[in-house]
Amino acid sequence: MSAGGAPDLELDCRGLRCPLPVVELARALPRVAVGEVLAVVATDPAARHDVPAWCRMRGQEYVGEDVAADGCPRFAVRRTT
Amino acid sequence: MSGYLDAASSEPLHPVARETLRSAIEAGYADPRRLHRAARQARMQLDRARETTAEALGVRPDEVSFTGSGTEAVHRGLLGLRTARRRAGDRVVHAAVEHSGVLHAARWAGPVEDVGGDGSGRVDVEGLLHAAGRPGVAVVALQSANHEVGTRQPVAEVAARLTGVPLFTDARASMGREPLPDGWSAAAGSSHHWGGPAGVGVLLVRKGVRWTSPFPPDDRVDERTTGHEDVPAVLAAAAALQAVVAERDEVAARQRRLVDRVRAAAAALPDTEVVGDPVDRLPHLVTFSCLYVDGEALVHALDARGFAVASGSACTSSTLEPSHVLAAMGALTHGNVRVGVARDTTADEVERFVAVLPEVVAGLRAEVGL
Repeated sequence: MSAGGAPDLELDCRGLRCPLPVVELARALPRVAVGEVLAVVATDPAARHDVPAWCRMRGQEYVGEDVAADGCPRFAVRRTT
Repeated sequence: MSGYLDAASSEPLHPVARETLRSAIEAGYADPRRLHRAARQARMQLDRARETTAEALGVRPDEVSFTGSGTEAVHRGLLGLRTARRRAGDRVVHAAVEHSGVLHAARWAGPVEDVGGDGSGRVDVEGLLHAAGRPGVAVVALQSANHEVGTRQPVAEVAARLTGVPLFTDARASMGREPLPDGWSAAAGSSHHWGGPAGVGVLLVRKGVRWTSPFPPDDRVDERTTGHEDVPAVLAAAAALQAVVAERDEVAARQRRLVDRVRAAAAALPDTEVVGDPVDRLPHLVTFSCLYVDGEALVHALDARGFAVASGSACTSSTLEPSHVLAAMGALTHGNVRVGVARDTTADEVERFVAVLPEVVAGLRAEVGL
């Protein structure tokens, strides 16, 4: 995914409470290839902190935050391993 | 057997506090401002509590005021400094990891600027001084140590380098357990954090510092507070503080060993991070976060096994927002546990806790398939 581009896989975690967006992220990681981008759309306020923290703890690359078409926050992760 | 590991939220009543409360409650009912015998007795008890507190904290008796809670001491300390500086400015500059009571008071009063820090929770000193040096700043707030992760803050260094702006120090997490840092203009403490009764706060205002009440005045013994003092509770708080200070070297050494044991056990769990400075920290508390675990479920599962702990995870807070302290540190906010060992927590209790922890965490992860 380039800046503002579409991720290779997007997870709809709207309405899920912590830690479920991060659980879904961990489960879905094997579904993208190394170098590809996986994004989580989440309404839970903890996701903003916990997606970058998950990347740090699991050695993945946090790409950044933008918004989905409906305005929900979307957090992008690049698979590195 | 107690399993109470939440002393960072509230320390169980110290035996000296219990004893003092029992004897003082019969005598301390009168209004200390009156002139009769019962009033003089209450006044003497109040003065004695002030002297005991001052001696325990290494300050002057006329720098000590008793408030109705630690939060009230924060409000009066922070906002009293701010009010006295209203001609110089109205902005409160504070560390991002200050207690929510400090943040609420600052935002209630007016404009604020928060300053971040490092991954251990320690404030960025240069950033804080830079923000404090801009025009329009009334007061700077920096806690003695962080209440959630235990990291000590560089209060003395900041105070020495601040020019002309007063410093408020929320010392609730450390008061009694550790000596006060140098350099604050006003500071706050809370009795139930050191083993005194709840409902007693300590407000310290340095001699010569300009302080103006931010709230309506009252015609009490002490111009910095309002309302009829709870004299027996104040006396019990002071006696407990004196006892805690006298025994703190021995207690802190024991608590450090217990906390190190919990830190090591938590760090050995898969996908778990222990947060806060590992060395330059309060003796009695440790915080860690476990990936893929629901903080509320973790607190309940540990409670079911007889252990009382706190959590900074969003699902355990009334606002459903995660801990702003963990967020500011870049730490994982879910699956969070704060362990606070009490004065009488034993090695046996801690061993039982670290023995159940791995299975509790693994069980909750299994429920979500990880």
